[in-house]
Amino acid sequence: MELLRTPPPIRRLPLPDPEPATEVMAPAGAGFSAARRSIGAPQFSIRRMEVDGVSISYGGKRAVRDVSLPIRQGEVLALIGPSGCGKTTLLRSLNRLTELTATARLEGSIRLDDVDVTLIEPTLLRRRVTMVFQQPNPFPMSVFDNVAYVLREQGSRRARRRTLEPAVHSALQRAGLFDEVKDNLRHPALKLSGGQQQRLCIARALAAEPEVLLLDEPCSALDPQSTQVIEDLIVKLRDDVAVVIVTHNLQQAYRIADHVAFMYLGDLVEYGGATALFGSPREQRTREYVSGAFG
Amino acid sequence: MEDQYSPEYGPSWPDRRVERLLGALVVFVVGLLLALIAVVIVRAWPSFAHNGPAWFGPGGSVEDQLNAISLSAATGSHYIYTFHAWPLIWSTILITGGAVLLALFAALFVSVFIVEFAPGWLANVLQPVVRFLASVPSVIYGLIGVVVLVPFIGNHLVSEEQKASVAGVISLTGYSLLAAVTVLTVMIAPLMVSIFSDGLRAVKPGWLEGSLALGVNRWRTVWKIGVRSARPAIVAGTVLALARAIGEAVMLAMISGSVAFAPNPADGLIFIYEPSRPLAPTIVKNIDQLSSPPFNATLFSIAAVLLFAAATASLAGHLARRAMRKYGAA
Amino acid sequence: MEASISTAVAAGHSGAAAPPPPGKHGAAVEGSATWRLGDRIGLAICWGLGLLFCAIAVAVALYLFVQGITYLKPAMLTTPAASGFSQSESGGFSDALIGTLMVATLGIVLALPVGIAIAVWLVEYGRPAALARVAESTIEAIAGIPSIVLALFGTVIFSSSALAFLSRSNEGVVFGKSFFAAGAMLSLVALPLIVASVREGLNSIPRHVREASYAVGKTKAATTRRILLPACRPQVATGAVLGLGRIIGDTAIIVVLLGATQNFGPVEGAPFPLDYLRGVGTTLTNFVYEASPTGNLNQPQKAYAAAFVLLIMILILNAIVDLIHRRSRKVGTWSS
Repeated sequence: MELLRTPPPIRRLPLPDPEPATEVMAPAGAGFSAARRSIGAPQFSIRRMEVDGVSISYGGKRAVRDVSLPIRQGEVLALIGPSGCGKTTLLRSLNRLTELTATARLEGSIRLDDVDVTLIEPTLLRRRVTMVFQQPNPFPMSVFDNVAYVLREQGSRRARRRTLEPAVHSALQRAGLFDEVKDNLRHPALKLSGGQQQRLCIARALAAEPEVLLLDEPCSALDPQSTQVIEDLIVKLRDDVAVVIVTHNLQQAYRIADHVAFMYLGDLVEYGGATALFGSPREQRTREYVSGAFG
Repeated sequence: MEDQYSPEYGPSWPDRRVERLLGALVVFVVGLLLALIAVVIVRAWPSFAHNGPAWFGPGGSVEDQLNAISLSAATGSHYIYTFHAWPLIWSTILITGGAVLLALFAALFVSVFIVEFAPGWLANVLQPVVRFLASVPSVIYGLIGVVVLVPFIGNHLVSEEQKASVAGVISLTGYSLLAAVTVLTVMIAPLMVSIFSDGLRAVKPGWLEGSLALGVNRWRTVWKIGVRSARPAIVAGTVLALARAIGEAVMLAMISGSVAFAPNPADGLIFIYEPSRPLAPTIVKNIDQLSSPPFNATLFSIAAVLLFAAATASLAGHLARRAMRKYGAA
Repeated sequence: MEASISTAVAAGHSGAAAPPPPGKHGAAVEGSATWRLGDRIGLAICWGLGLLFCAIAVAVALYLFVQGITYLKPAMLTTPAASGFSQSESGGFSDALIGTLMVATLGIVLALPVGIAIAVWLVEYGRPAALARVAESTIEAIAGIPSIVLALFGTVIFSSSALAFLSRSNEGVVFGKSFFAAGAMLSLVALPLIVASVREGLNSIPRHVREASYAVGKTKAATTRRILLPACRPQVATGAVLGLGRIIGDTAIIVVLLGATQNFGPVEGAPFPLDYLRGVGTTLTNFVYEASPTGNLNQPQKAYAAAFVLLIMILILNAIVDLIHRRSRKVGTWSS
């Protein structure tokens, strides 16, 4: 079997013509009239990743059971559910970070552009599918070096600062951080505020020019204002990268997601358009969860 | 404030009194260190005053100078202090420098190996082994050196022609730079490995995970994030090892050759087989002369240089660590 | 670029045709095969040096143990060194063994209370701040002083006439070499280790524990004695054991401050324990030094035997540290 050991630059499939957006806006549900959806309907959506019958277990303990999902560029997909329901585990399996845990086992298949991710060399996969964590984890370096890190470690020769500047600046711009830090790019990243740190982590992830961006509760350690900034940012990003966000904040999922997957105890209970899932859930458990009965 | 309680109601050990008692003890220990520095400098002064900067320079045979100093004690008043310590200093630089550099290189890789790449069982076994090796008394390393390594170098590594080529100057018996550097490296490397690997283990997992999640491979992640963040621990371990190496007296007295000879790299590779004697072993070898005043001053002047070197290393480490903390490394 | 796309697509198709068993062979696990050459060389060096380290460790340990077991005779532990021409005549090293235990006891008895006191002052009081900074630097500096320098300092202190009662004196000249002198200087070697360990322990106790104690009317001193110090007993013990390890392993101070002898030299006329403590003696490290081929005795077999005994002591001390750690982890502490 041919393994993908292509060195960088990363191969990218030419995008097919965008399909028209699949989701029709459903009337907002009663419970969510207070939360305003901050986004319009997606302009287009292209299927990039496919989760197909995935089960994940840690040392015999099942964390995710038989989940199937599409992940599309042009849309934001939110994974919601009470803590311990396996949503983070599923997210981490998308770029094979679960393999860092020795006891983790995965069944089923995850495909990126129709290629099984187990056939893609992990470092290559993780550059195409990057991840931002719950706790902002900027490296103990300057702001510039944080973003340049991935570029430097990809190139075969050590790049000069001058040559990296455009890419770093554009990544910071896409993360909406550039204006705030442009005068002190050499400052320690750990001295930034929590919200800025998290946007720096997003910029760092974007610098790798990923195709899919995974966000693991990116706002849970942040104040409401920073949360707002990051939510706006995520919505802006959805046309360039497929965005998957794990959140336990239902309002947040409602505000920014186009599709929502509700997981409970490792099962995918319901998957559907955000307005539909929140407005008129098909499943009893979903209905109870979104109306605050448990979780 | 102090006596606001009447004795019946106040605590039997008022805080104020305890604080003063402990504070006095702290002041005593600080004073002890100052006294040590003062004593060493005062005792060393005659030697430095007589020699000036020439103390550190080359010139003449150190053994002859030491003999003259020793003999002059008998005259009662006409003490001789002439002492040009360059061969001892050069030997110290070569041996400690060589050992610390070698050990630093090896310890970095070994600690990365233990923390990141060794299979779990091996890492579990190695951890106590490293600590054990780091706590083996130096004299035992010296014993192995003198019984095993020195004869091996003398009988197998140094050829007869090499011995003959320098026969008029020095005899090559195996007591050598090579032996000293090797044994010193083996002695300080475990110390460094133990401190380095503690530092590597303390690196925030989030940083390593963040790097892996960006598709940077494990080697680069360990090196660019792990080792980089652990730099303060690496500096601390290196400084500690350097201090040990500079101050190591007895073990080096056993294997360095104990001849005040300055190995000359210009001689070619043979110089690593040449004997020498660093500063600290010179004190041990001449300790029975301590009661003669000029010799006492000379030995204390050597001690002053050792003290200064150790203090400098420690200060440099301090400054380096402060600079590294700027970006928030642990 | 074109070629890589087509291979990717081909791989995609073959993957679709015969999906690989998940997580098994055939999957691209992260291995060094895809790394750049420099990284692979680095990894190779890493493994090479790691295994070399293991090999040296095994070789050193095996060599010392084999030699030690071969040459150690039980009689050596009970007979003192004697002057003799052959190894069979020159006795054992019982004085050295007892001497090691004596300096260890003296050193730790001095260092432990002082170390605890300094650590308590640094963590719990620490005023004025300038003194705290100076004290901290002092402890760090003491850790960096070569022990041979401490030894020379000791010769000056203990040959002062004020401290004549700690060693032998003769017609007003104070000898300055004794178990007291060596023990006192060795306590300075152990001090920084004890301070560091106890500080770590005190610092790991959360604030609310102290506040709870103040809240019921305890003084700071009582809180420290009844609550804080008992809570960091493992760290106190660890510091003490690490200090002991350094004390029994030191040679320079012994050679300089305990007199170059192989037997006890008690001071006549002093009451029992004091006569030995004021006198000169030897320890195992000193015995190994003297019995090595470069020393005055030159009987390497006994040097190995003594080194073996020393190693066993170190092993026991290390095992104790391990045990303390495991115990304290099992008991658990406050978690914030």
